[in-house]
Amino acid sequence: MTVAIPGVAREAGHEYPAGIVRWLTTTNHKDLGILYMSFGLIMFLVGGLFIMAVRAELLFPGLQLLSPSMYNQLFTLHALVMVFGAIMPFATGLNNYLIPMMIGAPDMALPRVNNWGFWILPLAAILLLIPFFLQFVGIGSGATGVGWVMHNTSLDLQAGIGIDFAIFAVHLLGLSSVTSAINTVVTVLNLRAPGMPLMKMPLFVWSWLITAFSLILVMPVFSAAVTMLLTDRHFGTHFFDAGAGGDPILLQHLIWFFGHPEVYIVLLPAWGLIPHVLSTFARKPIFGYKAQVYAMWAILTLGALVWGHHMLSSGMPLKAELYFMFSTMAISIPTAYLVFSWIATIWRGAMTFETPMLFALGFIAHFGMGALTGLVIPDIAGYAQYHNSYVIVSHFHYTFFGGGIFGMMAGVYYWLPKITGRMYDERLGKLHFWLTVIFFNLTFIPQWFAGQDGMPRHLVDYAPQFATANFVSSIGSFLLGAAQLILVYIVIRCARGAGPKASAQVWEGAQGLEWTLPSPPPYHTFETPPTVK
Amino acid sequence: MTGKKRVLAVLAGAAFAVFLPALALAKSIWDFPEPVTPVAHETNEVSVLFMRLVMTMYATVFAIFIYSVFAHRKSQGAKPATFTGPRTTLQWLGVLSPFALLLFIDYVVLGIPAYHAAVAMEDTKTNVEMVIKVTGSQWKWQYEYPDEGIKFVSALATTQDQIQNKAAKGANYLLEVDNPLVLPTNKKIRILLTATDVMHSWWMPSFGVKRLAVPGYLREMWVKIEKPGTYRGQCAQICGDGHAFMPIVVEALPEDKYKEWIAARKAERVAAETAAGKVMAKEDLMDKGKAVYNKVCAACHQPDGKGVPGAFPALAGSKLVNGPFLDKDGRLIKDGHLDRVMNGKPGTAMQAFKGTLSDVEIAAVVTYERNAFGNRMGDTVQPTQVKALR
Repeated sequence: MTVAIPGVAREAGHEYPAGIVRWLTTTNHKDLGILYMSFGLIMFLVGGLFIMAVRAELLFPGLQLLSPSMYNQLFTLHALVMVFGAIMPFATGLNNYLIPMMIGAPDMALPRVNNWGFWILPLAAILLLIPFFLQFVGIGSGATGVGWVMHNTSLDLQAGIGIDFAIFAVHLLGLSSVTSAINTVVTVLNLRAPGMPLMKMPLFVWSWLITAFSLILVMPVFSAAVTMLLTDRHFGTHFFDAGAGGDPILLQHLIWFFGHPEVYIVLLPAWGLIPHVLSTFARKPIFGYKAQVYAMWAILTLGALVWGHHMLSSGMPLKAELYFMFSTMAISIPTAYLVFSWIATIWRGAMTFETPMLFALGFIAHFGMGALTGLVIPDIAGYAQYHNSYVIVSHFHYTFFGGGIFGMMAGVYYWLPKITGRMYDERLGKLHFWLTVIFFNLTFIPQWFAGQDGMPRHLVDYAPQFATANFVSSIGSFLLGAAQLILVYIVIRCARGAGPKASAQVWEGAQGLEWTLPSPPPYHTFETPPTVK
Repeated sequence: MTGKKRVLAVLAGAAFAVFLPALALAKSIWDFPEPVTPVAHETNEVSVLFMRLVMTMYATVFAIFIYSVFAHRKSQGAKPATFTGPRTTLQWLGVLSPFALLLFIDYVVLGIPAYHAAVAMEDTKTNVEMVIKVTGSQWKWQYEYPDEGIKFVSALATTQDQIQNKAAKGANYLLEVDNPLVLPTNKKIRILLTATDVMHSWWMPSFGVKRLAVPGYLREMWVKIEKPGTYRGQCAQICGDGHAFMPIVVEALPEDKYKEWIAARKAERVAAETAAGKVMAKEDLMDKGKAVYNKVCAACHQPDGKGVPGAFPALAGSKLVNGPFLDKDGRLIKDGHLDRVMNGKPGTAMQAFKGTLSDVEIAAVVTYERNAFGNRMGDTVQPTQVKALR
């Protein structure tokens, strides 16, 4: 997507190609950041459209719009697109754009790898989505429709080309994530400005360093697991085929070993940027900085040891179940610490409520609900009711949307004036926030109660007793989707240079190196490193 | 901040502090469907305890949060403090005590009941009075009573017309089956679970049990139903296109009624075996075959036998269906019609039906397929042939 950044192309002394070639060949961290974020935003809309089709089918009992096969494809693609196409690339984009500026570096340490890392992404998205369109011209039986964790082994054996394309897409996504993770680690460890030891880095940089380690740890496992699935499907291996001595549950273990840390990969960047926003608009320093860093490390470590709580109804031995329940409960301690320090950061501050601050506060309220219900769900006996029911759907949307997306939204509004050099329309931003809050809850609160009453997830059709909850939830989701168009409008307006000019400082209480640069920042920043006091 | 504003802020905080726990304490809000087994009772109690505590915790923290949002505003003339962490011993205590409390809640208040419930739930091997085997297949359940030698398939009874909105939906839409699982009350029943094709998950909310049915492996759980009645649940693991259409219905009967039901089933089996020894007329085979087809085959191959292009092959005009099924020595032709129905096609959704259908049912359905949807083979398959070829 070619977003014109006023001032950039005219900068003297730095020549680079114009138009599409610029974006294809760029190794500039800001250009790539913008590409990543634009890609994330587009995918956010695509994933949203997918799920609105699903929710339209679920408005009433009975089959109206979609065949069961189409339904399965759409909810699977929704999850894959949202997690790997929207939230992760968007967070990577913020990372790319901001980290060099925050640590006083000229660029990312590995700029060419950075370019490759991005341009793999659209290819992966095409691979993932193309079987969906091929089915309309009679090729194959559609995209993967087995759920985003792809772990119902034998089903995959029948799932046609969709699952194979998804496997290759996962390989590419993994490659892209790992390159950007390695780039982040190398940049953060080597390119910090003089006077910035690790323990003085902005928390956003810390959160991304930790995210990067998590990606390097688990992404290869995911790639390996789907590769084993691929060889099972086509090359005669039997890792997951019980008929030949394999174990279908092994695939679940491998995928959830990736899948649970993935939750933190989605959330950590948001946890990193929230303290910046809170501190800025409360005009008060971040509370408990060091302990927040330790808490994030603790969550990374514990998060890699608790994957089995996604599988408590798969028939593991009691001892394993107890281990996974009690280790999961331990995560509540560092998570609670983060929540308390966010509240302590605004406590006795002098708050104003611009849109980024509203989203940050909304993040605390909704993520808190997701986190606390997350303490309930690993209860082994209760899990027999929660697992694969709408309770789970409701719970993880409170963490992914209420946490991840609200966090990213706070980031968008916070740094949009810095990136585009234009202030957005504050009234529209606030409208976007309040509509998002109302419709988000309208969508996901009924789902909790439908699940509690016994509604399994992934159903194309449901019993009449769940009709009210589903109807309300569907209406909520349409309005939630429509409300996001406000965001699109705001971003496009700012990117096209409409609206009042933003100052370098932008926000009265903002602190950090990126706010010492003009808005928008020059194409190359910090060619001589600044000195941090 | 003026006195009036402060009062308002406190009131807003207090409203949340009071309102949310009130919500949390209303037990009915967090209840699962009516529990009728010891496991379900205990699960429900633990779960409600969890939800109340968690909602109270949320309300407490949220109240502080809301108070701060109202009280510490620049527009109220608040001056920002500069603290970045606790300094005095008292502040340290204040910071650390919530974590001590949280640890206590995690591992004592919640941990002990949760541990107890888990141990009770996994106690599948002691004092077992009866065993049932449940096998999941796309998209139906097979129930087997090993001690009685009874087994049958239980499939969705809701009609396609209802699903396609061409007929009014019944009261138990999507939650009704042709042959419910019948179980006695007040007996500890060990349920063994497996699957033939992909993973399924047997979930009965009122019993508090859900477990994956894994192909090639046995999983187990137990129930002791306290109250006679009809209980309804559904498959909970995405298992393909028919995932929404494989309900679970259990009819719990008192001991004496259950024994009557077992006796009736056994008599049916004897009758079926006798029938299998006889030559059946084509019309009888066709009638029976149509019923079997619509129940077992139509979900994939469609009621009109036209299949789903790209996914499930058509039977109408199919070479395989319109071809021979026995060679000149009376043996099954590999990949012939009868072989395909009896032994399935590995790696596809076409399963081996000799495990789930009786001789009469197989003979009838193959005869039906050969003489319906425009296929005109004119021949019949007899139960005795199927029996000999097993």
